[in-house]
Amino acid sequence: MFSFEFLIRILPDLLRGLVVTVEATLGGFALALIVGLALALGRRSGVRALRLFCDGYIALMRCTPLLVQLYFVFYVLPSYGIRFPALMTGILCLGLHIGAYIAEVYRAGIDGVPDGQWEAARALGLKPYALWTRVVLPQALPPMIPPLGNFLIGLFKETPLLAAITVVDIFGAANNVAGLTYRYNEPYTAAAVILLAVSLIAAYFVRKLERRFDRTASGQSG
Amino acid sequence: MDWGHLLALDTLPQLLKGAAVTLKITLMTAVLAFILSFVVGFLRLVPNRWVRRLVTAYVEILRGTSAIVQLFYLFFILPAFGLSLPPTATAVIGLGLNLSAYGSEVVRAGILAIGKGQHEGAAALGLNRVQTYRLVILPQALVAMLPSFGNLLIELVKATSLVSLITITELTFSGRQMVVTTGRSVEIWTWVMLLYFAMAYPLTWVVRGAERYAARYR
Repeated sequence: MFSFEFLIRILPDLLRGLVVTVEATLGGFALALIVGLALALGRRSGVRALRLFCDGYIALMRCTPLLVQLYFVFYVLPSYGIRFPALMTGILCLGLHIGAYIAEVYRAGIDGVPDGQWEAARALGLKPYALWTRVVLPQALPPMIPPLGNFLIGLFKETPLLAAITVVDIFGAANNVAGLTYRYNEPYTAAAVILLAVSLIAAYFVRKLERRFDRTASGQSG
Repeated sequence: MDWGHLLALDTLPQLLKGAAVTLKITLMTAVLAFILSFVVGFLRLVPNRWVRRLVTAYVEILRGTSAIVQLFYLFFILPAFGLSLPPTATAVIGLGLNLSAYGSEVVRAGILAIGKGQHEGAAALGLNRVQTYRLVILPQALVAMLPSFGNLLIELVKATSLVSLITITELTFSGRQMVVTTGRSVEIWTWVMLLYFAMAYPLTWVVRGAERYAARYR
């Protein structure tokens, strides 16, 4: 039922797929960090229209499936003459989608800086640039790191969807093997085990980060 | 100007039929996942170490691999072992198992959040274990769990789009079909997005209401 010989033969294909999965994860996450920051700042802005736009964007991204967003970008943009390779489309969608969730992490981090810090910085006459880089961000960033790590793992687990728009990630590679050989057990089991291994290892490091930043946070307040 | 053609209104009946299937699968999965969440959540709290380890492995495996991989597994591999389920059952069981891993964490956290004093108070009143949970712990824990369950329900509405990849004619699948037959991708994908939004967005109000209710209850 399960042939290790066959598994070893298809393993190089799957590992090539894993490289694409990692590329999509890191690319999508980098974009999500930027999109999330833009949204978090937009929601704090004094311009009402901008705030409404950001709220609407976040609601739309959170209330529609990533798969449909992928189809939308993959099939609709070309009809306007805009063409990306499939992997680029995937990275774009992952970034735009996860960015809507990450905006909330930034917001919580910035709101977590006590009012007294803002007031003290203003009382010292700091300009906005110094206020953000010297006072607010050094305190706001460390607590954001564990939740951002969790979103990175979450994004990694969403990447198999890219196979639906023809990206040959690890899941796409497993699909290709299954389609060519009609053997489903080995490719899908291997893909599942590899995904599980990567996400468990990543979760271990996120938990370590969590403990570390908990300690520094309690150390500061004490 | 022909608005009906411009907005591809003729594709709507088919899409709405798909949306009905999406709702049906969402509801069936939600019921299954809700029950499983409590079973798994309670099993993670039993004294027996081996039961706890087994259930923890269940949760970690289901959360550590993607829902789509799990669905494909059930859809393509179980039949090879002589166990063929109809696609809808595969979808509901696959999504339900996946969601129960997340739901069980909600249950576990909700029960652990109830203070020791409540357990002691119940014991002092002479309540037995079942009575303690039924009358004291669960009524408080359930309220605290409501917002998280609401968020999981929103995730579930979106996750049902995955079952389009195992041949179920729900909203996303209907969208793909209509694009193939009519070639009007812009209008149809916009409608599909709007229909998902119409199903999921009202749930965010429910979650906010539940949050307020839970905050008042505390």
